[in-house]
Amino acid sequence: MKQHKKALALWIGSVLVLLVGALLAGSPGRTETVQEAMRDAVLHSVNRISLLGLKTVNPGMISAFVVTVALLLAAALIRVFVIPRFRYVPGKFQLVLEEAVGLFDRMSRGDSPHRCKFLGAYIFAAGAYIFVGTLFELLGIQAVTVHGHSITLPAPLSDVNAAIALGTLSYLVILSGGIAGSGVKGVGKTLKEFSLPISMSFRLFGALLSGLLVTELVYYYISLSFVLPVLVGVLFTLLHALVQTYVLTMLVSMYYGEVSEPGEPKPKKIHTAQT
Amino acid sequence: MPLNIDLQQILLHWMNLAILTGGLYFLLYKPVKGFMSKREEHYRSLDEEAAAKLAEAERIKAECQNKLEEADEEIRQERAKAQQSIQQSTEDQLAQAREQARQIVSHAQTEAEHSRERILRESQRELRKLAAQATKKLAFHADPFDQFLDLAEEGEEYEE
Repeated sequence: MKQHKKALALWIGSVLVLLVGALLAGSPGRTETVQEAMRDAVLHSVNRISLLGLKTVNPGMISAFVVTVALLLAAALIRVFVIPRFRYVPGKFQLVLEEAVGLFDRMSRGDSPHRCKFLGAYIFAAGAYIFVGTLFELLGIQAVTVHGHSITLPAPLSDVNAAIALGTLSYLVILSGGIAGSGVKGVGKTLKEFSLPISMSFRLFGALLSGLLVTELVYYYISLSFVLPVLVGVLFTLLHALVQTYVLTMLVSMYYGEVSEPGEPKPKKIHTAQT
Repeated sequence: MPLNIDLQQILLHWMNLAILTGGLYFLLYKPVKGFMSKREEHYRSLDEEAAAKLAEAERIKAECQNKLEEADEEIRQERAKAQQSIQQSTEDQLAQAREQARQIVSHAQTEAEHSRERILRESQRELRKLAAQATKKLAFHADPFDQFLDLAEEGEEYEE
């Protein structure tokens, strides 16, 4: 009991010291207005980052590479250290991995039973990218812009280019399924859904951007930076990470299954003798 | 471009997504799915093995049941055969006894017949003998009345 009281006192003391420190340190001053910050969050015309000195890119591009590297690194570690130790009666971590793979595998088998191998792999990767990429903004990893300002790396898909890339790539995957499954007919079926890449791209962009804008708004004002970020930052981010992952993978899976479905052979015409 | 859309960055994102898809497929999706398939196959084989063993047990049970039924049938047939044999034996013995009895009766009848004939013959012989004696007596002796009187006299003398 005595130890608990000591720990509590230590925790409260630390929080107070950090608060006082933050207030005394002050702020370097705002470099941009809230309008400029939000406009830049959408257009990325000011806060750009140099990509290895080759080209200036949007912060979302850097986020995308970081997320990809993190995911591949985690996958490699799992492949080397965890998968060889898999057992027939799974442990907790094995269960999580199997459930993640099984979820997308079942989705692809259910929506596209005749052609699901590539689809399963693609929606697994896309789902992991959207989910981890959306949660990535919670980490608050800092980067330096070409103008020397420090910014927090946003979710990759809050960049319009990343959203368009994922939307159009998903459309191409659906188109490839159509060609592989039904040939020219599949191409026709896919082209019929010409609005799909636009809707998928801007749905992702809108959803992720709205989260980014709300976060920008909340963090812009010091008075909104207490307690509220717990709801806005964590709960909303988690929620729309799940929702966007589910929506895109489900749409891709459904359309892929629809366009790759082999058509039924036409019944042969029976020539009747003219009487 | 409106909204700061940059084709080069879109292509870079595509490349990034292609690397991610390939990497995740080979490092995570394929091995985990392979393991799940392997486990499914393992449990399916166990299930099939159990089903085969169950079918084998059922077959052996049916075979044993058939053998039991065959044994029951065999016992029933043997019992019927034994009963038939006993009945046959009884009937044979009965017939033999009847034959024996018939022979005994026949023999007895023959014996009786012989005895009767023998007795008849003896009686006839006795009768003939008596008749001969009587004839002899009649032929060689006096008048019966005299004989009677003689006998009577002999009787009186004897009383005296």
